[in-house]
Amino acid sequence: MVLRGFSSRSFVVRWPWTAKCPCSQDSNRTFEIRAPPWMARRRDGEKGPSRNSDKGGKPLIQINQLVKKYSSRQGTIIAIDNVSLNILQGAIYGIIGLSGAGKSTLVRCLNLLEKPTSGQIVVAGQDLTKLSNQELRQARQNIGMIFQHFYLLQSRTVAENIAFPLEIAGVPKKEISIRVKELLHLVGLDDKSSAYPAQLSGGQKQRVGIARALATKPQVLLCDEATSALDPQTTLSILNLLRDINQKLGLTIVMITHEMKVVKEICTDVAVIHEARIVENGPVESVFIKPQSDIARQFISTVFPNELPADLLKELSTHRDSEIVRIQFLGSRASDPIITDLLRSCDVRANILYGSIDHLRSTLFGTLTLELLGNPAQLKEAHRYLASRELKVEVIQHAL
Amino acid sequence: MPFDSSLLFQVTFWTDLLRLIIPATGETLYMVAASTIFAYLLGLPLGIILVVTSPGHIMPNPWVERTLGTLVNILRSAPFIILLVALIPFTKSVVGTSIGTTAAIVPLVISAAPFVARVVESSLKEVPYGVIEAALSMGASPKQIIQKVLLPEAKASLILGVAITTISVIGYTAMAGTVGGGGLGDLAIQYGYNRFRTDIMIVTVVILVVIVQIIQSLGTALARKLTH
Repeated sequence: MVLRGFSSRSFVVRWPWTAKCPCSQDSNRTFEIRAPPWMARRRDGEKGPSRNSDKGGKPLIQINQLVKKYSSRQGTIIAIDNVSLNILQGAIYGIIGLSGAGKSTLVRCLNLLEKPTSGQIVVAGQDLTKLSNQELRQARQNIGMIFQHFYLLQSRTVAENIAFPLEIAGVPKKEISIRVKELLHLVGLDDKSSAYPAQLSGGQKQRVGIARALATKPQVLLCDEATSALDPQTTLSILNLLRDINQKLGLTIVMITHEMKVVKEICTDVAVIHEARIVENGPVESVFIKPQSDIARQFISTVFPNELPADLLKELSTHRDSEIVRIQFLGSRASDPIITDLLRSCDVRANILYGSIDHLRSTLFGTLTLELLGNPAQLKEAHRYLASRELKVEVIQHAL
Repeated sequence: MPFDSSLLFQVTFWTDLLRLIIPATGETLYMVAASTIFAYLLGLPLGIILVVTSPGHIMPNPWVERTLGTLVNILRSAPFIILLVALIPFTKSVVGTSIGTTAAIVPLVISAAPFVARVVESSLKEVPYGVIEAALSMGASPKQIIQKVLLPEAKASLILGVAITTISVIGYTAMAGTVGGGGLGDLAIQYGYNRFRTDIMIVTVVILVVIVQIIQSLGTALARKLTH
């Protein structure tokens, strides 16, 4: 299910990958469903610019033609090459790329830790590149940030670390202690308030980082490889925490990562950055089902491996009357008895080579690699059948 | 004869201890304490400026950084004994005299302040820049970053720096005798070396060793207490 845009009451959900399917008559069917209450709810005591400006699916963050160049004696390095992105309020937006692709620079431009060479960064209606230093500091209180290496203050306790951004914002002491307690509870560290960062595990440190980033009630949370220094178990618990926060507070999250697993787990949207450019972006489901670029395909294969062993392919290719197809299905399709239906309606035989089913956020996402055995006419019929079931079919190896 | 000389030795030793060594220890402690305090009053801000104006830090300013850096290097490269003499007119204009313990403090401060600046600089540079960026991302101003991040985070390292500085200053005070500053170093030269009083030489050295030990132990213990 993909969040395309929403008013305060409802949003449209569709399966984008059906749009290009030539045989389905109702490929553009849409469902109206009610927005969960957290989307419409406003938080009390909110700081910063009013949210009215970004109602009705208007992006909370707009990146317009962003360019970042570094000049050195060796020449100019273009870290970000004309990137434009819109990030909707309430989204968990993943930006994935290999190391050196420019993703870290991109997220650091979002709160102007890196000054863009040209272009606009509009957050909550404010163009950050046009603000004075004082205004920028104010605007940054609306944009929390967490880091791969946490960067907690070693000389302060957990509670004092969380209080730190509030001290900076000039919040009175009494309010700080109340807010710190709330935040400790939110991240599940009620009993660690007087511990020092050195006494915590990596996951606990990141929880402190998250609490600290949320202290000033920002609308945006930037995550710079926030789970890359954590083990898989802890990564999941931190991702679950981020998803909870996204749902409870309606917080917009921008995540930089090199792990597709992270994107698969919680992101609603994803942009793939490669050699300083965005090579593709869109709702996670559509990028996973229909990746446009090689780099995106590579990333997807890290979480849904679908390469068949070469010797197996070689062996199978000796069959004259078979072809190998990969079928991908999403959502309720994942629970349909596809193969049985296929075999019953077409006169082909199927040999299951590989299959997986997993969650893409809360949606089921499956792939199935089959060897279909039959004469060309039968195979054609099988294709027609699969297409009519709105399944994405990819032929890996054609019949000879 | 041997009996007599021994008795004489004992008497002179104890009277000299009272007459010479105790006041000299007091002078040394006074010079060291006052010089270190004033050196920090000058050197700490200087060290902070050197760090924050360095390239890629919170207030990069190559011109300020280079000018201050060069000044610090020049002062540090001048041998203390030269500085001591060269600064006589300046000392006179500051404390009204160019002779005595207080007069020795002026060149000690001028010599120690650039040293302090470098010690402070290296302590502050130990604070990971990521921590500073985290503070920047929360909207902290440069002043808040210095007060709430740089100095507190570098506290343990700064304390160790104070110990190092104090101990170096003790070494410099030995030369204060040149301008009549007194102190243990001067005593060791005047009596221990020039008058062949090995006993006084040994006592001054022992006292200096004890002072250095105490300062270093205090610094280490305090730094450990501040490290979490």
